[in-house]
Amino acid sequence: MKETLKEKEMICIVCPIGCHINVIESNESEDGYEVEGNKCPRGKIYGIKEITSPTRVVSTTVSIENAFLKRLPVKTDNPVPKELIFECMKVINEVVVKAPVKVGDIIIENILDTGVNIVATRSMNEIK
Amino acid sequence: MNYDIVVVGGGPAGLAAAIESRKNGAESILVIERDRELGGILQQCIHNGFGLVVFKEELTGPEYAERFIDELSRENIDYKLDTMVLEINKDKQILAMNTVDGLVNIQAKAIVLSMGCRERTRGSIAIPGYRPAGVFNAGTAQRYLNMEGYMVGKRVVILGSGDIGLIMARRMTLEGAKVLVVAELMPFSGGLTRNIVQCLDDYDIPLKLSHAVTDIKGRDRVEGVVIQKIDENFKPIPGTEIEYECDTLLLSVGLIPENELSKGAGIEMDSKTSGPVVFESMETSIEGIFACGNVVHVHDIVDFVTEESRHAGKAAAKFVLEVKADNNKIIETEALSGIGYIVPQKVRINSVDDKLSLFMRVRSVYHDAKLSVKADGKEIYSVKKMHLAPGEMERIDIKKELIGENVGKLTVEVI
Repeated sequence: MKETLKEKEMICIVCPIGCHINVIESNESEDGYEVEGNKCPRGKIYGIKEITSPTRVVSTTVSIENAFLKRLPVKTDNPVPKELIFECMKVINEVVVKAPVKVGDIIIENILDTGVNIVATRSMNEIK
Repeated sequence: MNYDIVVVGGGPAGLAAAIESRKNGAESILVIERDRELGGILQQCIHNGFGLVVFKEELTGPEYAERFIDELSRENIDYKLDTMVLEINKDKQILAMNTVDGLVNIQAKAIVLSMGCRERTRGSIAIPGYRPAGVFNAGTAQRYLNMEGYMVGKRVVILGSGDIGLIMARRMTLEGAKVLVVAELMPFSGGLTRNIVQCLDDYDIPLKLSHAVTDIKGRDRVEGVVIQKIDENFKPIPGTEIEYECDTLLLSVGLIPENELSKGAGIEMDSKTSGPVVFESMETSIEGIFACGNVVHVHDIVDFVTEESRHAGKAAAKFVLEVKADNNKIIETEALSGIGYIVPQKVRINSVDDKLSLFMRVRSVYHDAKLSVKADGKEIYSVKKMHLAPGEMERIDIKKELIGENVGKLTVEVI
């Protein structure tokens, strides 16, 4: 039985032009995909990455104690697969940290076995 | 109290201006901030995308702020937190107050205005309906959520597709809210394409262009929001009403430069930018008072605020060290067809170093267009643009020798 080929329309965000591109799975193409509508080669690379393994940096907050704010901003130190964003949020939302914290401190190591850490994006002193 | 330079506002603009003026030889510098910490609005902008120009890497807002705050400490620059500036006058006296010093008079040799901007509110767009709880400015909701730890609602409609609205659509979704729709009055989004893709498309949040909020339901708490398609005259089209059952309406309907202090000092204002009229050095109409960042014109990228503010800080230091600007020849800039405004509005050509940077916004979306700069009607420079949009500020750098000395007016238009 012949497998249905994937096809997706998207807007390229590599530069401000924002080409409307169409990424089509193709057995004839070397990369496995044809990209239409892109004005430059970077659009093709973006399109194929978006359809095969889209990733995003997740930025959010965790609860913090002994600080002058209630939330500490954090982010993934590398992009994570897009489909894991909400799973990551669940894990992150379980965490409570205590001040003091320095920017860059690892809050969660190797989240969901992705090899990506959750790190603090600001320093917060302990309040006395 | 006496200082060489007083910087009003400790956000990205004020921090960059203060640090740069120190690096250019100014000795006594004071930054005055009304909030409980430095960093300004960056502290609540926890998403990434800041710093690509200035640091060549992608940072979150708090990370970007912290780099400047650390540098300010290393440079031993004084600052006062929780301090409100009440008045500035043309003699560069500043009246400020806080709970430690009480009411203080500060005499400065130069002042840098970096008060930033504030959000337009429901009052400025006249939405009918009651005044229930649950109507927030997007930036206010962002501060509640990201700093204070309060979730403002569960089912959300967002009016306005500027960057803050888009960022909040994603942020609320990540925290478990259902964002039903983003409605935009204009036929195009005011936000960066990247944000439409990563904040709306990623989470299947619909964007409805040419739509207005025409009713807010609910007396104590928002119970629903009605949006309606509008025609080319921005009039709602009957029969196109869609009602969303929701508990929250976020407004992302524009930013206004915060210039009460500038006006109080008698500084000349530009009605197009709602900011002070500035010269090439970011000096205002009052000698020795400079302005930079969102208080001059609303930027979309903080990196450009930093660059502009460094420029202002350097000029303030020069002024204090008594290197006066050469006032002999003043060129006015003017926005012609397709351009909303130009900063700076005035150029003292003899005080331009080697190139002049003009910042502007176009009025509409253009493809395959050209920005044409003319000196007294004659084209001296042009740049092709595959894409122009009001949401993306344009910058043109012109070599000083191209402008010439005897020009009265510099104009920019879209062709």
